[in-house]
Amino acid sequence: MTVDEPALHQVGDKTPSLLQTGEHDLCPGCGEPVAIRLLLETLTELGLTASTIGVVGIGCYTAFSRTLDVDLVQALHGRAPSVATGVKRMQPEKFVFTLQGDGDMVNEGLQEVLHTAARGENVTCVLLNNGVFGETGGHMTATSVLGQRTKTSLEGRDADYHGYPIVIGDLLARLDGAAYIARGSVQSAGAVARTKRMMRRAFESQLAGEGFSLMEVLTMCPTGWFVPTAEGPTYMDETLGQVHVMGELKGGKSSPS
Amino acid sequence: MTKGLMEGSEAMAEAAIACGCRFFAGYPMTPFTELLENFAKKLPAVGGVCVNAESELEAVGMAWGALATGARAATGSTGQGLSLMQESFSEITLAELPLVAFNMARGQGDYFQSTRGGGHGDYRHIVLAPMDIGEAVELTQLAFHLAELWRNPVLVQGDYLLAHTAEAVDVVPIDFGPLPDKDWAVDGSGGGTGRSKVISPLGIGKHNTPGPGIEGQQQAVAAKLARIAGVEPRAESGFLDDAEHIVVAFGTPAKFVRYAVRRLRDQGLPVGYIRPITLWPFPTDAVAEAAAGMSSVLVFELNAGQMIDDVRLAVLGRAPVRSIGGISTDHSGFGVGPLLDVEVIAGRIEGAATEKEVMA
Amino acid sequence: MAGRRRGNAVRVVVRGTVRVDTEACKGCELCIPACPPEVLVMSTDVNQTGYRYPELLPGCTGCRACLDVCPDFCFEVYKYDHPMEVEVAPAP
Repeated sequence: MTVDEPALHQVGDKTPSLLQTGEHDLCPGCGEPVAIRLLLETLTELGLTASTIGVVGIGCYTAFSRTLDVDLVQALHGRAPSVATGVKRMQPEKFVFTLQGDGDMVNEGLQEVLHTAARGENVTCVLLNNGVFGETGGHMTATSVLGQRTKTSLEGRDADYHGYPIVIGDLLARLDGAAYIARGSVQSAGAVARTKRMMRRAFESQLAGEGFSLMEVLTMCPTGWFVPTAEGPTYMDETLGQVHVMGELKGGKSSPS
Repeated sequence: MTKGLMEGSEAMAEAAIACGCRFFAGYPMTPFTELLENFAKKLPAVGGVCVNAESELEAVGMAWGALATGARAATGSTGQGLSLMQESFSEITLAELPLVAFNMARGQGDYFQSTRGGGHGDYRHIVLAPMDIGEAVELTQLAFHLAELWRNPVLVQGDYLLAHTAEAVDVVPIDFGPLPDKDWAVDGSGGGTGRSKVISPLGIGKHNTPGPGIEGQQQAVAAKLARIAGVEPRAESGFLDDAEHIVVAFGTPAKFVRYAVRRLRDQGLPVGYIRPITLWPFPTDAVAEAAAGMSSVLVFELNAGQMIDDVRLAVLGRAPVRSIGGISTDHSGFGVGPLLDVEVIAGRIEGAATEKEVMA
Repeated sequence: MAGRRRGNAVRVVVRGTVRVDTEACKGCELCIPACPPEVLVMSTDVNQTGYRYPELLPGCTGCRACLDVCPDFCFEVYKYDHPMEVEVAPAP
């Protein structure tokens, strides 16, 4: 560096402006904070800061209900979609999202998200999918893939014993009430950029009153996957990412319908 | 005012709407279904929303969301459906949301579920048990008022008879007094201010605006429930001055009991009655006072013996407490059985009162 | 690391720089492979929590890939108004 400081400008925010603090106790290498940054930046960029009500499920991400600087309703495990329905019906001009994990949405709350989508409720469900129940210590969920080792599938998920995973985005895309369904991931900068574009389209779909939208984001859980943090992205590419494939499933420019 | 002939289900829906209820969600189940139908018919006309939810769990969840925005919202079912809602009931109580829930029960076997709280944790709902449709119109509105006054759920305990018979009633909005502002409600405007809100059973609050924490929240709600128990018990009684026996009953069967008591008094039997109107908080002091000096305290309820526990706790051995009720329902299990008959009830009261050996 | 050799030194284009919140870092190392010019390396020191943290070598382009993938919001990313060239001594 020279004695005179060269002119420079900051690129991006260190911490999203809609977080009261960036500190959290989620594991090293967890993908959930990365996905949550995308959600918050998209809210800010769309000017929704003062007209958003979020409904938070139960999982590791629940810790963010303490730090998200957005008006929130804390729901029970699996039950955010029905709460979001009640919120949106009473405040239809507000932007309403849910923040749920795969155990929350696809195990406990499968019925809730299916019916909310079928009804075409004008809300956006954001799914953080890491293929495990992270908060309870790494157990199998309905999205865990065949062969995936978890504390309740120690030898690897076996179709005969444990059954098959549910690919929730594909399931919801078949419902007429679902307007925009997309799946992204956060294991690389490229994936993050692509996911952010899809997240924005999901939010715009709600703003346009098109119906139900789902933004699924695959996140790394090195703790629940029993891999070193640096191997999270590779593990995601080789396991979850093979079954839960990135892309727009419905309603986007690149999707089939 | 001209009274109209109205079925109980319609009258309660009218009463709820008259006092500002603008959201209802429910799942059809006998004998609650007509209450849902009436909300579905009447709410859109006043700009409200009624959702026929796909399950009872989703119904209470939707009401939860509507309540969080500050709207007056309700849900309901019969006992079985309310069983499904219990986790949400517990947590809504901790989150201090003013839910009104209707139980159009099959008989009176839901007393424990309603008063002990069928879910987990230290929670209670205020439970109001109307005797007839006229009282239901008043207590439905009182339910919404008390729910907001205390920020605690209130259950309206009805049954098949209440929902499915018709009486001449006049549904007039009742003003029960001032209520605090709903400054806790969310509307999105807190976003980005550093003072955004979270409505949560956990009591954790936000980083900038911390709450009392999980234990603190539970203790605060428990303390509030103790204050409610001090001021909200309600009961109605008659003929206590010269009674040697009293009959305790709640809900629609209590009307049969009152009628039987009057008949027996005309025949010379010194009997009175006391009718809890709040099942929780149970009118312990009023029942204890009524029981003082009685030769027997007779409990009539259409179940295997539930309210009798609260009666015994109130009487505390000062008088013998005896059940003269029992399980009695129709062939479909929905409600009205052979025991709900003035002749039968009068016979049981008389038999118990004149019997030499009385079991406490 | 790309650059032009001049004698024994390498000249590297620097378009940006980062400031790392080393105490917030949990040592997950996701930023290391995410950096396209490969100018992040983990330290040998540890922070107060016991984690190693990323250190910046010359050649940052200000692309913010590190910021995008970091779960703990450790990065401030800056872009120089005008790119610079710096000389970097070759590794021993």
